[in-house]
Amino acid sequence: MIINSKNMTHRMLNEKIRSGVRNGDRKIILKNINGQRYIASGLKSEVNIKINGTAGNDLGSFMSGPKITVYGNAQDCIANTMNAGKIVIHGSVGDVLGYGMRGGKVFVRDDAGYRVGIHMKSYKEMIPIIVIGGSVGDFFAEYMAGGIIILLGLDDTKEIVGDFIGTGMHGGTVYIRGNINKNRLGREVDSVEFDDNDKKIVNEYLTEFCRDFNLNQKNLVNQKFTKFKALNSRPYGTIYAY
Amino acid sequence: MKTLTFPDFVINRDNEKCIQCEVCVRQCAFDAHTLDKETNKVETDIKKCVGCLRCATMCPTGALCVSEYSQKIRKNCNWNEKQLKELYKQAETGGVLLTGMGTDKDYKIIWDHILLDAAQVTNPSIDPLREPMELRTYLGSKPSKIDFRFDISDLKLKNLQKGILKTKLPPQLKIETPILFSAMSYGAISLNVCRALAQAAEECGIYYNTGEGGLHKDLYKYSKNTIVQVASGRFGVNPDYFEAAAAVEIKIGQGAKPGIGGHLPGEKVTEEISQTRMIPSGTDALSPAPHHDIYSIEDLSQLIYSLKEATEYKKPISVKVAAVHNIAAIASGIVRAGADIVAIDGIRGGTGAAPTRIRDNVGIPIELAIASVDSRLREEGIRNRASIIAAGGFRNSGDVVKAITLGADAVYIGTAALVAMGCHLCQKCYTGKCNWGIATQDPYLVKRLNPDIAARRLINLIKAWSHEIKEIMGGMGINAIESLRGNRLRLRGFDLHDNELKILDIKPAGESL
Ligand code: SF4
Ligand code: SF4
Repeated sequence: MIINSKNMTHRMLNEKIRSGVRNGDRKIILKNINGQRYIASGLKSEVNIKINGTAGNDLGSFMSGPKITVYGNAQDCIANTMNAGKIVIHGSVGDVLGYGMRGGKVFVRDDAGYRVGIHMKSYKEMIPIIVIGGSVGDFFAEYMAGGIIILLGLDDTKEIVGDFIGTGMHGGTVYIRGNINKNRLGREVDSVEFDDNDKKIVNEYLTEFCRDFNLNQKNLVNQKFTKFKALNSRPYGTIYAY
Repeated sequence: MKTLTFPDFVINRDNEKCIQCEVCVRQCAFDAHTLDKETNKVETDIKKCVGCLRCATMCPTGALCVSEYSQKIRKNCNWNEKQLKELYKQAETGGVLLTGMGTDKDYKIIWDHILLDAAQVTNPSIDPLREPMELRTYLGSKPSKIDFRFDISDLKLKNLQKGILKTKLPPQLKIETPILFSAMSYGAISLNVCRALAQAAEECGIYYNTGEGGLHKDLYKYSKNTIVQVASGRFGVNPDYFEAAAAVEIKIGQGAKPGIGGHLPGEKVTEEISQTRMIPSGTDALSPAPHHDIYSIEDLSQLIYSLKEATEYKKPISVKVAAVHNIAAIASGIVRAGADIVAIDGIRGGTGAAPTRIRDNVGIPIELAIASVDSRLREEGIRNRASIIAAGGFRNSGDVVKAITLGADAVYIGTAALVAMGCHLCQKCYTGKCNWGIATQDPYLVKRLNPDIAARRLINLIKAWSHEIKEIMGGMGINAIESLRGNRLRLRGFDLHDNELKILDIKPAGESL
């Protein structure tokens, strides 16, 4: 199904998408998307959605299952509390990417704003994955409780990451390509050894990332990554008098 | 370090009555009663007593009496025993003081200074036993006008009921009596308590609220009577969770701890709680103070609409906030942001765990909050756009009637519901050792509360209060709760300051119309 989204409100658009899904459409193409919010919010389906244009805030919030590809940029709060599925963005995204995300994957070809992966969490086999090709702003992986974030910083002319990495982090894993100066880190994180198992994990998602964006993975093989973990899984464990 | 603190309670065991049955030993999770293995006698350590009265209630011979500990120290109104004990505790631990339940500070309870009217001579009162009384309430956004269509061929007076509503009404929650059970999360309370609340809500035609801890699979069957919460931790929030609910509530804050988040310590995140919250067992469940996607009214609107989209505009979206100083402006913003319901929790609202200083010092009383919010929304001409649920220490049906007369659509009760199930307000909920089987996950304690019996007690409570509400309304000559709502002419203030009367917008007792 192809939906020409020109002048369509988010409500009309989502109604069309949902009725398509109900009718058994497995491929939906959205044309002329121009900042409409909440696309596929709460959608539970295996549908494949291709978006042409700039996707608005809260793309894929709460969703469970859809695979969304954005040919363009996306705005703030993408993949908010996302449960399962995949979002692939051929461009950059705004702030607060993947807030409270519990499962699925988000791949961003270019840059992301502040507070990427904030309070992302994992549960059993549900491990959310975010891979970012470009660079990110401050408070990267803030409050992170689970899942994996990989930051590639492929554009060497840009600063790869802002300040306060992992502030309040208490779970999950962050991999950043290259060396990161310690003064960039929040108080609750530190770098730990990047071992063979980590290499396997990073390579697995890199392969998928490069395939999705048609990049040559060869340039990335054997690059050095720094791995970050929370120092304490219970940052508030000792502040109370019982 | 030797503790300098002194006990809160004394336990008197009448040795003539005591039969050494050890019931008290088994009942006390705080180990105030123990069996001395050498003498084979039951011993008591009063320092451990939290005053929950479980032992005294269960003792088969009535041998136990628990009372306040009073060592006549030099009387001092500034530095009372409570202050001393708190200072000792902090000096010994260096920790932030924690507590449970609503504040116990003796703030003026304005409900007790508001008096209701009754009909005498000039308008008749109504006997609720003989005449129909309407307590049914619809919570949700109401359109500013409604259009009907009549079947023209049928337009005789007697057929007016064939009028068809043309206006599409936003989704509503229908409640048979204007009382709902407040948000209490599985984790803070046991699953048995959740079951009792859900069962009672179903039977009474009202709603219970899951709180922010997700929805246990056993409770999905009560979905028609379930309000689910989305809080900053987003625990257990997914499309199935929304599907299993009649309404979704965004929790911004709660009366017992405005402005701060919460956390369920890892010890309490058992396997089942981990499934419900969808986080690994044993990890801390942290709810940050803010929602990371909400920094303004516009952002709140974004989350409201995100949820409306996710629920296909079929379910009302509520926003719960603590009653704070600018509550009227905040509520106006919430309504304009698109909320269908605004839930406001006053300073006396309960909690499973809160820092004592926050609980006892932050927020405003719900009485003033209801009045100022209702007035503000009316002034702005947007009162119809959202319903108001008031919360925070409703003790009886009189409080409920007064809240509705001040302008609330319904009330949330939490503490009163827990007390109905056996809570004795010992304020130790945060320890997870509730002897009444309520605020605990310890299987040994949890099974003390039988969900069917607890549900029965809740149903009785709601029935009794509803009946009392009808009685009070009948006395006022009012036969529908709709005519009571915001009818502040039927209230009088007694022993209130002028500024309180002004905010409540009620006349002082003795002043006629
Ligand atoms: S429960 Fe009562 S009778 Fe039994 S040991 Fe305790 S005080 Fe004695
Ligand atoms: S729920 Fe239990 S622990 Fe909390 S105040 Fe009531 S009796 Fe005490």
